[in-house]
Amino acid sequence: MSELKLELKEKIIEQLNLEDIAIEEIADTDPLFGEGLGLDSIDALELIVMLDKDYGIKLADPKQGRTIFESIDSMAAYIEENRSR
Amino acid sequence: MNKSVYINSIGSVSVQKTFDNSEFLNEITIYNDTVASVLNPDYKAYIPPAQARRMAKGIKMSTVSSQTALREAGLENVDAIIVGTGLGCIGDSVKFVRDIIDNDEQFLTPTRFIQSSHNTVSGQIALGIGCKGYNFTYVHAAVSFESSLIDAKMQLENDEAKNILVGGVDEMVKYHVDTHRLIGHIKSEPADSTKLLTSNTKGSVMGEGSHFFVLSNEKQESTYAELVGVETYNSISQENIPNKIESFLEEHHSAVDDLDLVILGNNGDVDFDGYYEGLSTGLFKDRPQAYYKHLSSEFDTASGFAFWLSAKILKMQTIPEVVKLNEIEVSNPLKILIYNQYRGENHSLMLLRKC
Repeated sequence: MSELKLELKEKIIEQLNLEDIAIEEIADTDPLFGEGLGLDSIDALELIVMLDKDYGIKLADPKQGRTIFESIDSMAAYIEENRSR
Repeated sequence: MNKSVYINSIGSVSVQKTFDNSEFLNEITIYNDTVASVLNPDYKAYIPPAQARRMAKGIKMSTVSSQTALREAGLENVDAIIVGTGLGCIGDSVKFVRDIIDNDEQFLTPTRFIQSSHNTVSGQIALGIGCKGYNFTYVHAAVSFESSLIDAKMQLENDEAKNILVGGVDEMVKYHVDTHRLIGHIKSEPADSTKLLTSNTKGSVMGEGSHFFVLSNEKQESTYAELVGVETYNSISQENIPNKIESFLEEHHSAVDDLDLVILGNNGDVDFDGYYEGLSTGLFKDRPQAYYKHLSSEFDTASGFAFWLSAKILKMQTIPEVVKLNEIEVSNPLKILIYNQYRGENHSLMLLRKC
């Protein structure tokens, strides 16, 4: 699980072009949207595509994203449970 | 009666340190290469990091140059934004198309799509300042910038707008450089920028840049010059260029003898500099001449650098030594003609005068 969390942090930094943020600066429980990393709705779409492309998870209801993308912890848990690749 | 059109402010990001508007080519960046990249300003001073992370280089450059122009004009918003670009944000266009191919048309992400259209720059500037007015992008190779000037000039002359932000931008990316190198449009050997016109080789030194201006039909303290005329020609034979220039000048109640400076777009391409050399030794042989592509490099909207240069010369009443093409001196330049073409096509004339 900790490997997956590290992988997610790397992917988020790279795919969302968070050039000024280091992996160590993202805590597992930090909120990804709003106060935390400050991601927005376009980033949410990027993350939905990432789940599909890298882990074979299709979100039928985009509203699910609200809870899944709360933090690195919640993302990792959802991926562990639902991944097909 | 048509209103006059004034250049009320300027902003530039180029291969030279032009982003600092308090200077006028005081420090010259000399290169010895086949390509030349812009001198990057401190983008963080202009763009919040959260926004910058989604911006292509062309958008970042244009955010800085447009903000510089707006600030100097003392404006927070304008009536219209008109941008000329040869290739738009080609870097993200290439990445988006590559994603389509690599991922078998699946998993396409929104960011690259948003930035892969040519009008991203004008859109981003409008979003940044909250401009809901006319927003237009002209994509017309080497006359893209001039096309946007023509549109702005007509609107201002007819009093359809009071202040228009007009610009030209092109970014340089690896794919574009690779393809243009392959077809021989970029020099195969590095060229020393101080000896560009005597390189005697084919092709040009490719580069990038962003130049924005606030044009207005009202003169103010910051005004640089008056834009008298702009004309574009998709194709003209080399022999017919002097006639076109004389007709253009006559249309604007001028003649060759009235010109205090002629700025030519020589880029050191042995195959096409003949267009300029014919004028240097012919029609303009008795006029002071200047050139600029050894400073700006070549790109579709490089004539924006010449427009910036002319505006600066007319306001500051000084011609930097580094741009002089002949030794005919002029003490107080009042009228400048810019002539540009790229590879024998898309010719343009721009006439500016001191006001």
